[in-house]
Amino acid sequence: MSEELEIKELEEVVVRFSGDSGDGMQLAGNIFSTVSATVGNSISTFPDYPADIRAPQGSLTGVSGFQVHIGAGQVYTPGDQCDVLVAMNAAALKTQYRYAKPGAAIIIDTDSFGPKDLEKAAFKTNDYLGEMGIDPDRVIACPITQMVKDCLADTGLDVKAMYKSRNMFALGLVCWLFDRDLDVAFNYLKEKFAKKAGVAEANIKVIKAGYDYGHNTHSSVTNVYKIETKNKVPGRYMDITGNKATAYGFIAAAEKARLKLYLGSYPITPATDVLHELSKHKSLGVTTVQCEDEIAGCASALGASFAGALGVTSTSGPGICLKSEAMNLAVIMELPLVVLDVQRGGPATGLPTKSEQTDLLQCLFGRNGESPMPVIAATSPTDCFDAAYQASKMALEHMTPVILMTDAFIANGSGAFKLPDLGKYPDIKPPYVSEELRGKWAPYLRNEDTKVRYWAVPGREGFEHILGGLEKDNQTGAISTNPENHDLMTRLRKEKVDKIQVPDLEVLGDKEDADLLIVGFGGTYGHLHAAMDEIRASGKKIAMAHFKYINPLPANTAEVLLKYKKVVVAEQNMGQLASWLRMKVDGFVPYQFNQVKGQPFVVSELVNAFEDILKK
Amino acid sequence: MSYTAQDYKKGQPRWCPGCGDHFFLASLHKAMAEIGVAPNNIAVISGIGCSSRLPHYMATYGMNTIHGRAAAIATGCKVANPDLTVWQVSGDGDGLAIGGNHFIHANRRNINLNMILLNNRIYGLTKGQYSPTSPRGFVSKSSPYGTVEDPFCPAELCFGARGHFFARAVATDAPGTVEILKAAYNHKGASVCEILQNCVIFNNGTHDSVYTKEGRAKNAIYVEHGKPLIFGENNEFGLVQEGFGLKIVEIGKNGITEKDIMVHDAHCKDNTLQLKLALMGNGDGFPIALGVIRDVEAPTYDDSITVQIEEVKAAKKYHNFTELLETNDIWEVK
Repeated sequence: MSEELEIKELEEVVVRFSGDSGDGMQLAGNIFSTVSATVGNSISTFPDYPADIRAPQGSLTGVSGFQVHIGAGQVYTPGDQCDVLVAMNAAALKTQYRYAKPGAAIIIDTDSFGPKDLEKAAFKTNDYLGEMGIDPDRVIACPITQMVKDCLADTGLDVKAMYKSRNMFALGLVCWLFDRDLDVAFNYLKEKFAKKAGVAEANIKVIKAGYDYGHNTHSSVTNVYKIETKNKVPGRYMDITGNKATAYGFIAAAEKARLKLYLGSYPITPATDVLHELSKHKSLGVTTVQCEDEIAGCASALGASFAGALGVTSTSGPGICLKSEAMNLAVIMELPLVVLDVQRGGPATGLPTKSEQTDLLQCLFGRNGESPMPVIAATSPTDCFDAAYQASKMALEHMTPVILMTDAFIANGSGAFKLPDLGKYPDIKPPYVSEELRGKWAPYLRNEDTKVRYWAVPGREGFEHILGGLEKDNQTGAISTNPENHDLMTRLRKEKVDKIQVPDLEVLGDKEDADLLIVGFGGTYGHLHAAMDEIRASGKKIAMAHFKYINPLPANTAEVLLKYKKVVVAEQNMGQLASWLRMKVDGFVPYQFNQVKGQPFVVSELVNAFEDILKK
Repeated sequence: MSYTAQDYKKGQPRWCPGCGDHFFLASLHKAMAEIGVAPNNIAVISGIGCSSRLPHYMATYGMNTIHGRAAAIATGCKVANPDLTVWQVSGDGDGLAIGGNHFIHANRRNINLNMILLNNRIYGLTKGQYSPTSPRGFVSKSSPYGTVEDPFCPAELCFGARGHFFARAVATDAPGTVEILKAAYNHKGASVCEILQNCVIFNNGTHDSVYTKEGRAKNAIYVEHGKPLIFGENNEFGLVQEGFGLKIVEIGKNGITEKDIMVHDAHCKDNTLQLKLALMGNGDGFPIALGVIRDVEAPTYDDSITVQIEEVKAAKKYHNFTELLETNDIWEVK
């Protein structure tokens, strides 16, 4: 690093890599976040990819983005807008510039701004910066394609292979901007391309070239940024996406419960990575079946549960519609089952790659009959681990299907995950029928306190029984149409779920004297937290309470919600959590902030909205 | 340990008097006793419909689930716990209409299930609508002017899904039913048993031509692997191949001897002739084939997945969650 350069220390920075969906932006973003996390920075990432696998090259619909937020202190979101935008072609600049802060640095590959590229990106003139109103001084215009070709000229790689390394040039340049240690990136690539030494070498060469380019041409940017980490929590960490953390949670829970993990699933965006992840881990005895449809995914998982496994099925909203009948069968048979809903934009096929929280009422109520099911919503990529563990524990210990809700945003986003010590996680003890009950047992005999029925797993002699979807006698389990019995069984199934103990709702921020309480659930935790922090920093009194356990609700829900003068329920739907809370808490009349754009909340918009409510 | 039919029996069946399901249930109890798997190691899984009530009359483990999903639920049950013997019971509506997708995929995957299809060509529980096995023109409550669609032939569907086992019996024919149930159990993989069963209320007489012993002597052929395809009240007829099809010949006439008659090969991988046998009957002048029509060995899904798990366990260095964590890129913050 040359000495005359000023190295500016920043609290946090947001970088957005964007290009054609085949340009490797996700990889570049992932490496950059790993490199940053390694020095102890807090990270939060957000991949934003198109629904088409490969839209025409250079087209506006084919742009893929990956946003990384790194911070010296805790960062809660991938950031509203970026400080640095990498645009690998004209279409990326056109569509992604809206995510750049005023005055953000823009890195472009000038070789991808030829007349045809500009035409595809619907630019009218050659002055694309002028058309977009971008100050040329903020732009690092660099002939990336040509430099990559020159850099790899003597490697013998063909042009196509060379083009694939362009993302690494941009990465090298960004690493230079933020004073990152390249060794971590090199190791990452060596491992990723362990079987393709040539590819690893070429990529490493290109990263170095990008880094050197930044160094040699520093006059075109004002500063090199450095993000120093404060408040490091000591420990061992890995970068993890929400979907991977969810898969890990299921594995951990099955191991703790000493049960086989069975996943029945059908591929669906954005949940498929859970199937991918679990299908890798046969060495842990994980069984995954890619079923013929969503229905079979759920039905086979329930069959597996009956047979004594931890049955799990993973899907997104449209799949929940199809699974609902088998979920209901689990409700009436009172067998454990975990149903994962990685929410996406709806209705119908909706916005498959985008994020919403619009399935809440479907998860709570979307089945025929009185059909109570516990619902848990994970709050961040890393929280998906704990949420999946808790959902599995709840299902196994309370003999009930449980819905675990995440969303595309936290499922694809990642965070630094402190490696969990499984020994410190609570035990999971399914209510197996005890030997003392031999001869006295019947399928619907219950624990008096919890109302949970006992589990007799096939194979055990003397406990043979038949379950089913028809209403059962509350003792013997025989088919019963007795009116009093049906009423009793309906109440018992509800009581069993209501009696599940969940942690109290925690209030963050100005707990005692807040003028406004922000309420949300699931994947918006980070954005709401960031908004609260920003408002508090300006001296106003504000607090937040975030729901992870939605059915049953925490015992102190009414107490918390009724304590503050003003409450706003902010959610990415038209008010589903607010409806649920109003149904459950007498006299609760909140303000609402609702947005259904398929995109994460924008912190600045939240701040404005909440400040407006404070003024009312 | 040996068992009797009584050891598998439970409760009092609620089917209509004379329903073919009663006959089948008795044969199933008998077959299970002869097979000898302990009741606690058996799961009987059905969907919805008259015949799907069957698990309630079994002293085994079991589930009477939701409409059409029996094969899918049985799949999870067997794959998660391969030690269980799993019987899946469906009617023609449950198995071939609402559950058609699961039926074909259980066959394609070759899950080691004994799949019973009780075929009465009618929806009984909903009181008399045509089913996917009702013949074209069939008049029912939902087709007062006759259906305008062709039925499935279950064997054709099974073969089309690359099924490896197909057998057929008439519900009233206890020895014939017990025989194919035992063969289905002995076959490793998805074993489809079509049971021709009469609905006395809504489709009485649908299988009349073969429902009695006399009828079967005239109108059915019992096929057995390695035996010539001979039938008739006095075993006077046989099947031979002619061109792309089959032909009935009379033994002792035109110089035809028993040696000229085709010998049944249930183990033949190529299902062409097996399919021809399975499609015979129903007014084409050929007898209806009963017995084990196809029984071909093939890798089963549940075995293969178990083997794969063992192979991966041997190849990978991580075998618990903590070891799995260590396979990631980890950094330390001090």
